[in-house]
Formats: sequence, C-alpha cells, structure tokens
Amino acid sequence: MSKQRILLIAAGGTIGILAVALVALGNPANMGYCIACFLRDISGGLGFHRAAPVQYIRPEIPGLVLGAFIASLASREFRAVGGSSTFTRFILGFVGMIGMLVFLGCPLRAVLRLAGGDLNAAVALVGLVAGVVIGIAFLKTGFTLGRAVPQQQGNGYLFPALMAGLLVLLLAQPAFLFFSAEGPGSMRAPVLIALAAGLVVGILAQRSRLCMVGGIRDLIFFRDGHLLYGFAAIFVAALLGNLAVGSFNLGFAGQPVAHTDGLWNFLGMTLAGWTAVLLGGCPLRQLVAGAEGNTDSAVTIIGLLAGAAVAHNFGLAASPNGVPMAGQVAVIIGLMVVFVIAVVNRPVAVMGGVSVGKGN
Amino acid sequence: MAKEIDARGLLCPEPILLTKKVLDTMSGGTVNVLVSNMAARENVTRLAENKGWRVDISQQGEDILLVLTK
Repeated sequence: MSKQRILLIAAGGTIGILAVALVALGNPANMGYCIACFLRDISGGLGFHRAAPVQYIRPEIPGLVLGAFIASLASREFRAVGGSSTFTRFILGFVGMIGMLVFLGCPLRAVLRLAGGDLNAAVALVGLVAGVVIGIAFLKTGFTLGRAVPQQQGNGYLFPALMAGLLVLLLAQPAFLFFSAEGPGSMRAPVLIALAAGLVVGILAQRSRLCMVGGIRDLIFFRDGHLLYGFAAIFVAALLGNLAVGSFNLGFAGQPVAHTDGLWNFLGMTLAGWTAVLLGGCPLRQLVAGAEGNTDSAVTIIGLLAGAAVAHNFGLAASPNGVPMAGQVAVIIGLMVVFVIAVVNRPVAVMGGVSVGKGN
Repeated sequence: MAKEIDARGLLCPEPILLTKKVLDTMSGGTVNVLVSNMAARENVTRLAENKGWRVDISQQGEDILLVLTK
C-alpha cells in the first residue's frame, strides 16, 4: 500500500474517532465535525443570521484552516493563487450551502450521520452521488472555471489571518457576538480540545488531500478509488466509535439534528454534490485549499457563510420538524442556478473557442 | 515529439481529465504535464502509473513538471 494511501486512511480514521470524541465532549450528536453546520454557527455567532439555536464561533473551523496553513508552509506547498471565476465560485458556495442546510449537513456530516445509524443520511448520500454524476457530465463536455494564476503572497495570508481573528473573537468574547443559550449552538466541546482537534484534522487533511466528493467523483470518472479510502476510513472509525460509546441508533425517525423528508434530503445533497464537483472539492477541501493560499477557495468559504446567513434569515434551512416550503423552492432555484452556471462555463461548447485547459 | 499538457492553475479533476484525454489516444511515447499544486501532481501521477506510464517529477520554478513515458 502506498504511503499516500496509508496517510489518507490514517487521516480518515483520526477524523472519525475525533468526531465521536467531540460529541462525547459536548458537540451535538452526529455533529462532531460538520463543515456546513459549523460555518452556519459561525455565521450566526457573528450576527449574520439571527437563528438563536445555531450561533457560536466553532473553533474547529479556524483550527482546521490554521492546521492546514501550518502544514502547507512546512511542506513549502503554500502558494497564493486566484482568479479562477472567483465570483462564480462565491455563488456556487452560496447555493451549495442552502442545499446542505436543507439536508442538515455537509458530505462529511452525512458520513458521520450514517455512522451513527441515521438512515436519512443514506438517502442523502445517494443524492450526493447523483449530484456528482451530473457534475461529471458537465466536466466531460468541457466545463471549467478557468485557471488560477499566481498572486502576491500576501493575498494568500489573508484567509488564515481571518481565521486567526475568529479565534481571537472566540477567546475575547466581545458583547457583539451571539452565542446560543439552547439548541445545537449551545452544545460545545471545550474550546481548547475543539481547537486542537481542528488543528490535527487540518494538518492531516492537507497532507492527505482528503475530499468527501473527490472519492465518489474519481471512482465514477476514472475508476480510481484512492480518495474513497479516506471516506471509508471516516465511516468505519466513527461507526466503531459510536458502537463503543453506545451512541449508535439505527433508523429514520428521531435522529439528532435531522429530519425524515427523503425527497429533500436527496435533492439538498444533489445540489451540494453538483456544486462541489464544479468547485473541485467539498467544503472541507475548500477550507484546506484556502489555507494553502487559494484565494478563490477563500471566497467560496465566504459564499458558504453568506448562504448560511440567507438560509436562516429567510427561513430556508431545515429543522428537525422538516423542510419549510421556502427551503424547497430555494433548492429548486439553486439547482437551476447551478445548471445555468454549468452550461455557460463550457468555453468550447459555448463559443467554439480554445479550451482554457489546453494552454492557448 | 513529446506532447505538452499545461494544467497550471487548474483544480482537480481538470488536470487528470486533460491528461487522460491525451493518454487515451496514445499507446506509448512521451507526455509532459505541467501542474502547479501537489494535489494535481499526486492525482496525475496516480492516473499515469495506473495506466502503466513511468512518471519523472521535477520542479520548474514554482510549477511541477511531470514527464510521462511508455
């Protein structure tokens, strides 16, 4: 087995175990780690949305970015780049987040939910695969967001600096922040442990190139299952962890921070998977790429934060009670937006021009 | 005559996609692939090695040159 694969399995296994440990230490159930949920909490913590149960500056996110940043500096992989359809990426992040908040989780949490016995996540994962398949069809017909080009190094430091700023806010707790008194946002692992877990995951994810949609994508596209080893390792480790601590509960109904509306679990994740393939990676991978100096990915994260804010301010996000009508409409509009973006960003098909990938 | 693929600044899977398109049309020879991040380097290497190509990697300034031969 190659060194890279061992690293990937180690990264996945560590994330799975840490996720179970973070829940045992206070995080919401099946939410030891969830990029979408934690960005949503941060969005609320900063007051961008006012959904009282989901507001907190989750230290796992800045921890992950800073861990990946340190790892990329140490390995001399840090490079400030950008300019690959930046605003389009913002929009894709924005609508992808609405899909994830209709399901109630990112691809990573979908795996963790399944590992906790939540069968709604199985439906969502099928939806994720459907989204990936649709995205691949557009890639095959020439979809591209174009090249990123090198930028001044200082541009790349801004995103990790922003995350360090979030940590300062969390520790200083100025009065303008919003921290949930009840609900998922009030359920927190201790700050330093969550931060340390974030750092570890960030370092491992940077080194292993772990990506939750990349595995499905590469298997379907290239018959290359490499990245799926990370995906599988997370599932196995979290499943064994949940069984060991007695938090495995098989079924559809009564699952923590989840609803049972299969159609919208499926379509929400279809939207998430489709956007992730067009963006070149899941939200976790975007965080890591942003930490490595990719300013397009940094903007994608801001798009996710903005999407979370709108999802809660306009009542689009799901709750354990189900998916509001507005959220259902938003997913349909989101799918149409992604369709248009996917159709027009095919330079060869649309303009008969030279593919940006061929070096003109 | 070596074929050239410029995959600089592209996120995966585009570098693999471009490489696969070229490799699928060739039974042997030399292909030079220029990439600019480690994920692309590892993914293109994995693709080429799975297809039986030899991969030689060198740094070219800020970018990474992969020379595939079969």
